Amino acid sequence: MKQVIEPIEGVRKAVTEMEQRAQIQIRDLHAWFDTHHVLRGITLEIVEHKVTAIIGPSGCGKTTFLRCLNRMHELVPGARVKGQILIDGQDIYAPGVDPVFIRRRIGMVFQKPNPFPTMSIYDNVAAGLKLAGERNRRKLDEIVERALRQAALWDEVKDRLHKPGTSLSGGQQQRLCIARALAVEPQVLLMDEPASALDPASTLRIEELARELAKEITIVIVTHNMQQAARVSDFTAFLLEGELVEYGPTDQIFTKPKDPRTEDYITGRFG
Amino acid sequence: MDLRYYRRKWTDAAMTAVTLLCTAIVLAPLFLILLFLVKTGISAINWDFFTKLPGPAGEPGGGMANAMVGTLILVTLAGLMGVPLGVFAGLYVAEHPKARLAAVARFTADVLNGVPSIVAGLFAYVVIVLPMRHFSALSGGLALAVLLLPIVLRTTEEMVRLVPQSIREAALALGIPWWRMTLRVTLPTAAAGITTGIMVGVARIAGETAPLLFTAFGNRFWNWNPLQPIAALPLQIFSYAISPFEDWHRQAWAGALVLVTIVLGLNIIARYAATRQTKPQ
Repeated sequence: MKQVIEPIEGVRKAVTEMEQRAQIQIRDLHAWFDTHHVLRGITLEIVEHKVTAIIGPSGCGKTTFLRCLNRMHELVPGARVKGQILIDGQDIYAPGVDPVFIRRRIGMVFQKPNPFPTMSIYDNVAAGLKLAGERNRRKLDEIVERALRQAALWDEVKDRLHKPGTSLSGGQQQRLCIARALAVEPQVLLMDEPASALDPASTLRIEELARELAKEITIVIVTHNMQQAARVSDFTAFLLEGELVEYGPTDQIFTKPKDPRTEDYITGRFG
Repeated sequence: MDLRYYRRKWTDAAMTAVTLLCTAIVLAPLFLILLFLVKTGISAINWDFFTKLPGPAGEPGGGMANAMVGTLILVTLAGLMGVPLGVFAGLYVAEHPKARLAAVARFTADVLNGVPSIVAGLFAYVVIVLPMRHFSALSGGLALAVLLLPIVLRTTEEMVRLVPQSIREAALALGIPWWRMTLRVTLPTAAAGITTGIMVGVARIAGETAPLLFTAFGNRFWNWNPLQPIAALPLQIFSYAISPFEDWHRQAWAGALVLVTIVLGLNIIARYAATRQTKPQ
């Protein structure tokens, strides 16, 4: 089932060196909003159980790229996608693939914390399971606790699980959203600038969390904050005007980038 | 220069006074009506008024218990027909803003909203009363439902549209199918606003008289059968007000007081519910 694709030099090397597996293979991915060509042929591989950061200036297509990975891009009227995305060898854009199942395997955390306003903390975390039909109270209790522990939120909320999710602070709400995404046990977690609306302390917690979670699931994080990418990620992809400029292990991208444009961006000459 | 300054000052004061006056004039009828209602109606309000059937013509005493219950039944019937239809149609219109059917539904609702209420009564008369050959609570409920429907539809549409896209995306990103997201996430998030709309709508139809004249018809006795004519507060007020008896006039005022109190109460509750919805955000 696994399809062989042209190796991307640096990553492929690192991958074979560390005996890691490419979990997501993206081949010649194009995306449009109506006639606006946002992604122009992106090819890269995302490694299992690692943190991959997507960086680039505003409007370069980072978020669109991320939203293509769980088929959220197509929800916008007029949005179109071309190309292939294989997750564990399965083409998620193949005809007959139900996006609902793809989204269950590939969770997402958004830029702004967006807990369900009518639900309690508990119900927010349980939402993915409850709305998929899970009724077993014991099982739900277990999963909610596990997800909240994973999201490093359990100790702060265990005494008020039935308070509204919106009663938490911004940073806590974002961790609640992470717990909500984790509760359905995704294989991949997409994070779209998850800390951009948070204070520095909360930002740090989210970053620690991303590192911690990468032991068990693959993480793709979009960020406009290069320090954050350097701190949190194993691999970094630099996007510019819808094209992939450079992709490789994070330390390499930040210490000896191959493309002058990458260097310019990282050293703050534009963007 | 000074002159100009004073002129500006004066104009400002004059305009402020004019707007204040207009506001007062707008508020005056409501308070005058309330005042007058309380003054004239309160004397006929007693325990009997809420518990007894209307007395025989010309005799003092008796009450409007059956009319109050009748209004309750009529409004419930209208709600059973109008609310689910309005909510689901509103949901459709909100979620498919560009669909042709949505545009038609929205336009129809607006037209329906402007239709004189007696026309709604005529409609129910033709659809239910004529085939059944007698007046009924059901036909009254239908007439009121026709008036309730557009209010519920438009409020639902507006409230569902207010649900932030980010909330929907959060649900979809969890792998929740679209229809389930709509029913379990979008609708509950809009629920408080929709409830407010329903209450405002109910307050509106509770006081309608014209559509009930030849549908619910009125009844001087208890009736629990939706297929039989039923009493309603506005009808009772109408027939008592045009009667020649002094006591009935007083009871008509009392009935009006009760009706206005109910409508006012519903509006206040609706307001309260609306502010509660906006708070947690």
